Amino acid sequence: MDALAFEATMPKRSQNATLAVGPPTPMPAKRKPAKKTKKAVVFFEVEILDAKTKDKLCFLDKVEPNATIGEIKSMFHKSHPQFYPARQSIRLDPKGKSLKDEDVLQHLPVGTTATFYFRDLGAQISWVTVFLTEYAGPLIIYLLFYFRVPFIYAPRYEFTASKHWVVHLACMCHSFHYVKRLLETLFVHRFSHGTMPLRNIFKNCTYYWGFAAWMAYYINHPLYTPPIYGEQQVRLALIMFLFCQIGNFSIHIALRNLRPPGSKTRKIPYPTKNPFTWIFLLVSCPNYTYELGSWLGFTVMTQCLPVAFFTMVGFIQMTVWAKGKHRSYLKEFRDYPTLRSPILPFVL
Amino acid sequence: MSAPAMGTTRTAQSDASQKKKKGPGALATAYLVIYNVVMTAGWLVIAVGLVRAYLARGSYHGLYYSIEKPLKFFQTGALLEILHCAVGIVPSSVVLTGFQVMSRVFLTWAVTHSVREVQSEDSVLLFVAAWTVTEIIRYSFYTFSLLNHLPYLIKWARYTFFIVLYPMGVTGELLTIYAALPYVQKTGLYSVTLPNKYNFSFDYHTFLILTMISYIPLFPQLYFHMLRQRKKVLGHVEEYTKVE
Repeated sequence: MDALAFEATMPKRSQNATLAVGPPTPMPAKRKPAKKTKKAVVFFEVEILDAKTKDKLCFLDKVEPNATIGEIKSMFHKSHPQFYPARQSIRLDPKGKSLKDEDVLQHLPVGTTATFYFRDLGAQISWVTVFLTEYAGPLIIYLLFYFRVPFIYAPRYEFTASKHWVVHLACMCHSFHYVKRLLETLFVHRFSHGTMPLRNIFKNCTYYWGFAAWMAYYINHPLYTPPIYGEQQVRLALIMFLFCQIGNFSIHIALRNLRPPGSKTRKIPYPTKNPFTWIFLLVSCPNYTYELGSWLGFTVMTQCLPVAFFTMVGFIQMTVWAKGKHRSYLKEFRDYPTLRSPILPFVL
Repeated sequence: MSAPAMGTTRTAQSDASQKKKKGPGALATAYLVIYNVVMTAGWLVIAVGLVRAYLARGSYHGLYYSIEKPLKFFQTGALLEILHCAVGIVPSSVVLTGFQVMSRVFLTWAVTHSVREVQSEDSVLLFVAAWTVTEIIRYSFYTFSLLNHLPYLIKWARYTFFIVLYPMGVTGELLTIYAALPYVQKTGLYSVTLPNKYNFSFDYHTFLILTMISYIPLFPQLYFHMLRQRKKVLGHVEEYTKVE
């Protein structure tokens, strides 16, 4: 089986890393002959140079022709223990794209002495770790404000409860949302990439935790003003929120099912029997569409401007991701449905 | 922060005249030349205005009022530079340029204009003077660069004057914001309190303090970056005998 799948062009920052499988691309011209003949196995020599300084970092001889880049990374790691495989970027060209772990040595356009260039991606951290940390924060932080722990509001409000039932509802919705995210991270998502740069965890946590604190402060404030249109407004918003939560979850499941466990295959997602997935007819990234809907619902439910800001910022970021994903799909699949928009049907 | 806007990205314009560049087309270049000439002229007007007012009054005090209008006009006009980057006729980062221009506009309108009481402060003159000299040099630098006839003197000035002007400007800005604090607190300027139907609050006084604090990490970064740029750009003098 030719392991040369299409180079993933998906941005690494994407929240939902589950991708669809693509058809294998044609093999490069210089393919080493299959080992059917009685010829002895031709071992490869691999030299790894620094992409910037061109220094010779490592020389490996007697490398199996069917060795994968992943295996070569392990070998490189042995001679350079500080560069664990996840932080290695190995490429054919100093300015070229990274080769994938699954790429097989003999299928690459190299001679029997292969020259690769190495770039250090910097300290890495696993996606799962980042997700769990960035989602656990809002869950806990919101609850701190909800229970009005000391030093947030005036001392006479410590550990008091809000008199507005919408505030309790909002807490339940917010908590439910992040518990859902945590569980999805643990049990649903199938990530393409194992790791991301370490600095992302600080950036991401600042964003999630910061906004969570900002929103929670106002919603749980003793001077909180409930929605103008009262129960009607809250009920409508709640329905929208729940609808979109279920929708978002349905999409995550659908995307998960596109990909066999442990694989990184990419396929075009299609609507399934679940009506919540029918939105795939119109949109490439309905998980983001539903996410926007959830937060719009939460904004209307709480009638809180900081929530509106959070929704808007999230929408901008998700649109950037959706457009990138949409472009990747179009590039990878000739027969990609033309009716689909990245995130908003017909609009965006 | 209204540093003399000599960010990294600007050097792309100057170095680009030596390397092959896919820069602006002929029409865009003509427009940019006009823009930069107009801005140079504008800031010269401000400079002349300051000098004349000083000579007329005989003191440094209260010179802001004599150049208030052109200052507002030309500093606000710099917002166009964000557009230039966004459209692509200037090879600078939109975010970086946006940040620099917005910080200037913020100081001009949200601090100096809005808090009348600080307009007679000497700190205002400090940053206005710094901005004026910086901008005259910067805009003439761009003008000459676009026309491919950059006198070494202008290049040198651009990468040298900031050493004094930048700290001078920052000092003026910080002192002005600091002077504005008590009035902002007293009047609750631009502030929103709870309860309200948007469940939102904003304390401009705290915001100004946070802005001042943000200078601490930002100023050294920008300053040292410019020092590095200086070494890179002026350090190559021995390599070419004449400019362009």
